[in-house]
This record gives sequence, C-alpha cells and structure tokens, in this order.
Amino acid sequence: MLSPEERHEIEEELERYPTKRAVSIDALRIVQRRRGWVSDEALRDVAELLEVSVDEMDSVATFYNLIFRKPVGRHVIMVCDSVSCWIMGYDRIREHLTKRLGIQLGETTPDGRFTLLPIVCLGTCDHAPAMMVDQHLHRDLSPEKIDGILAEYP
Amino acid sequence: MEKVLTRYIQPDGVPLDARAYEQAGGYQSVPKALKMAPKEVTEIVKQSNLRGRGGAGFPTGMKWTFVPTGPNAPHPKYLCANADEMEPGTFKDRLLLESAPHQLIEGMIVAAYAIEADVAYIFVRGEYVLAIERLQKAVAEAYNAGYLGQNILGSGFSLQMYVHASGGRYMCGEETGLLNALEGKRANPRTKPPFPQVSGLFGKPTIVQNVETLSNLPHILNHGPEWFKGLSKSEDAGTKLYGVSGKVKRPGLWELPMGTTIRELLEEHAGGMQEGLAFRGVLPGGASTDFLTAQHLDVKMDFGGVQKAGSRLGTGTMIVLDDRTCPVGMVRNLEHFFAQESCGWCTPCWSGLSWAEQILTSIEEGRGRPEDLEELEFICKFCAPGNTFCALAPGAVEPLQSALKYFREDFERHILAQHCPWRTH
Repeated sequence: MLSPEERHEIEEELERYPTKRAVSIDALRIVQRRRGWVSDEALRDVAELLEVSVDEMDSVATFYNLIFRKPVGRHVIMVCDSVSCWIMGYDRIREHLTKRLGIQLGETTPDGRFTLLPIVCLGTCDHAPAMMVDQHLHRDLSPEKIDGILAEYP
Repeated sequence: MEKVLTRYIQPDGVPLDARAYEQAGGYQSVPKALKMAPKEVTEIVKQSNLRGRGGAGFPTGMKWTFVPTGPNAPHPKYLCANADEMEPGTFKDRLLLESAPHQLIEGMIVAAYAIEADVAYIFVRGEYVLAIERLQKAVAEAYNAGYLGQNILGSGFSLQMYVHASGGRYMCGEETGLLNALEGKRANPRTKPPFPQVSGLFGKPTIVQNVETLSNLPHILNHGPEWFKGLSKSEDAGTKLYGVSGKVKRPGLWELPMGTTIRELLEEHAGGMQEGLAFRGVLPGGASTDFLTAQHLDVKMDFGGVQKAGSRLGTGTMIVLDDRTCPVGMVRNLEHFFAQESCGWCTPCWSGLSWAEQILTSIEEGRGRPEDLEELEFICKFCAPGNTFCALAPGAVEPLQSALKYFREDFERHILAQHCPWRTH
C-alpha cells in the first residue's frame, strides 16, 4: 500500500498535469525515493491510483534508466561509460570498482551496501571520468580517489 | 568579448536569487515583451537569426510562426524547455541550469508570451540533481516576484511553470519523445506530421526549445536583433557555449562568438593536446556528429561551416580523439550507447545499431572479417534519414560512417592482425 506521504506527494504532482497518467514517471520516482526501488506491489498501487493498467505502468517503469525494478543496495553507484569518460580511463575505473566491491556491473554487494550500475554520459565531460553515488556527482576520478569516495558511504 | 549567456554566472557557480538577478539587470525583458504584441516578439526573434542550440539548428522565430495564435487558437498551449542533456560529450546546458536558472525562466516567459502559451514545463534529466533543486527554487522565487502565475505584471498574460525530472533515457531529448515522456508514456518518437507546433503535448500546440536557445531570448529582447547578429564571427548570429573534452591539456566550456574555429578552441582555449599525444580527429558537436580531422582545423564552428566540412555543429561540444586511443574502440563505445538507448520503435534503429555494435566488438576483439567493413557501410545506409522514425539512428551512424572513411586503415589493421593494435597484450 502507498503510504499517506507517498500518496500526498503524488497528488501534488497531479495538479501540474491535465491527465492522471502523465504523473506515472513522477509517481514511480516518488515511490522509489522512499523505498529504493519499485516492487511489483508498488507498481500495482501506482497503476491503480493513476488509472493505468499494470502492464502499461510496467512498460513505462522498465523503459527509464533511473527507475529500478529490482532491489538495490543502500547506495547506488552509477559509473559513466560514455565516450569522453571512456577516452579518459573508464576501463580502469570500472576494473577498480568491480575488484574493490567484488561484484560485476548490475550486481549488489552481499552485505547490501552498494549496487554498481553503468550510466550514460553524466554531462560533466571536462571532468571525466565521472560517477554518481546516490545523489552526488564525483568527478576527475582515479582508482586512488575512488577508495576515499566509497568510504563516505557506509 | 561581451558575455551574454554567462553574464549572470558567478565565479562559484551559485546562482543569483530573483532579487539579485533583477538588480544585475535580469527580468527586464519581461515587461518589455509584455508591452508588445506577441507577433512583434516573434518578429524580433526572427530578425535576430537565432537558431536552435540543441543540435538541429532550426530558426527559432520561424518555428514559433507555425503555432496557431489569436482568439480561435486551441488552448492550453505549451512550452517545453528541453533540459534533457544526454548527448554524450555534451555538458553545456548543465552550466546554464545550475548557475543561471532565472535567465532560463526569463527566456521561457518571453517565448511563452510570443506563442501565447498557458503552461511551461522544464524537462530536466533526472541525474542533474543540483540543477533540479536550483530550478525548483528559482521557479518558486519567480512566482513570488510576480513573473509567473496569473496576470503577470498586470498584463493579462498568465503562465504556469513546472519542473519535470526525467526518468532517464536518451530518447527523451528527441522532441516528440520528450512529449510522450511528459504524458507519462515511453519516450517513443511520434509520426510527423502533425508537428508539435500544431498538435503536441496532450494534443495541443507545443513548442520544444533547448535551454541555451531560450537563455538567449532575454538578451535579444533587451539589445535588439542587430546587436545579437553583431556578436558573431559568422553568418549565424550570437555567441555559443563551446566545450572540449578528451585528452587535451585543459578540457572545458567557454562562451565565444559563433563561428570560432576548431583550431582556436583546441589550441587556445583547451591548451592543445596533452604532452606526448597527437591529434587525430574530433566529433565537433557531440556523439552523433561525423568525425572531422586535421585538415578541418580551420573550420568555423557554426551551422554552415561544419556542415560544409561534412559534419554538424550539433551541440557545439567537441570530443577529441588522440593517437593513443583506438578509433575502432571509440566508435564501438558510441554504438554501444546508441544501441542501448534506441527505443526499439523502428527496425533500422534497434536492429541496425545493435548489429553495428556486435561487428565493432568482434573487430576490436580480434575476430573481424574482411567483409565486416562492407556490412558496417550497409548499416550506415540502412539507418539513413528517411528510413527511420526519428533522428537517433541517422545520428548514431554519423561517427561510424566517417570513421570508416578517415580511419579505414585502422579498421583494416585490426582485421588483418586479428588484434587491436592499441592493446598491449
């Protein structure tokens, strides 16, 4: 069931669009912000509230890169794999992250602390390579710098 | 040079609040525009020769004239700021969103007034967390200051403005994909016609305009079309945010006169190549533009200049290829992006781009066959304009077709040696 806070936030969004369906993406993001991901149950609840079929809602949820349909760790690392970061050493950054965390891209550490995902260009190409951890952007990365960054996310 | 787009940007990047922005000269174009007829505003923008800064370069004022206006026009009409900066290698709108949000809002009020829009959305990519936060704050301040809402400055013109944080997909940057995303759907492209200017968001007349384009409008209103044309070094008017990334000494972003040459950007502003590296080529305007090489260094970075050289100005943010980076590997990286971001709506795009990625991967990993180059050339034709619903696939094959032309020997060396010459093992 959606919490009263989630419902309230979604209803606020409804005032900004002429149709209920238009709020789909905002609503999924609202749910995910509080729960980390969008479960089947949450998806059904959002679909019901916005009067969209569950299948249609899922087709939207699975289309967008930032909506997670599987559980994620406490912190989500999104490492940029696009062209400027690739030129500036993405392979080394990815290798360091996978070695340090002991997981591959798309996986979560066994202790549930980190999920590691690739992301498209983060729009900070003059400071490549770059990654985001949760809501924070980290730039001009080097393997040494990464260890210090990871320590900031217990 | 006179600063225009970066005029209000502070050294620490923290944006001016509404009052400080007003004191610095901001929001003056709003009362100015509201005293004119909407058609007069459009006429000024037309005369200024402002062209879209999102990639396509369509003349802004002309785009607005396609919107039905007057008492019989359908309402509500919409204005959308395209702040979905997802073109790899592009990092210009981030600066305007994070550090000059009121300039964008001011430009949007001017544009909305000209097309008689009722509602405006700022469509920002979800990863731009700081930009979203600052835009929301700036929009709230603009409401409080009376620049948004009902009966703006007593003019009778009303405008609501909202910030939409995207769920994230490259297709959202495509005009009609953006509209579908705002309607809460998958960001597939729509068939044109009808064009969004006539039937766009929720079936109503809509203009979608890039952030940098909109941010120019207050200045054009304040200083006039002739002044705007005079800022440029070429036939395309105004200034441009140019960026350089890759292995140069000082990657960065600069506001310069439209028509600045690739050489000046590369050598003077970016400081030339890093020590020990040589220049091999450049994607002049983001990932979906054709490579240019050393013979093109004196090309002017304006719409006509880059087109004549066989590429596109695109977003004006260049990605530099050096001699220690494998061109096949670079193109493989690009096609991986485009194949992944294809929405799957039309066959040339979803099939062609993943096919290209597979072939490039096999060449890079030492399994290339001589006939692969012909297949790649076929895919480039298969994805050409006219064969696809939108510009994603035609853009995606631009770096591929030009790499096959300028770096063909490098592809052949991979296939002959069954090995990437840039890999040490």
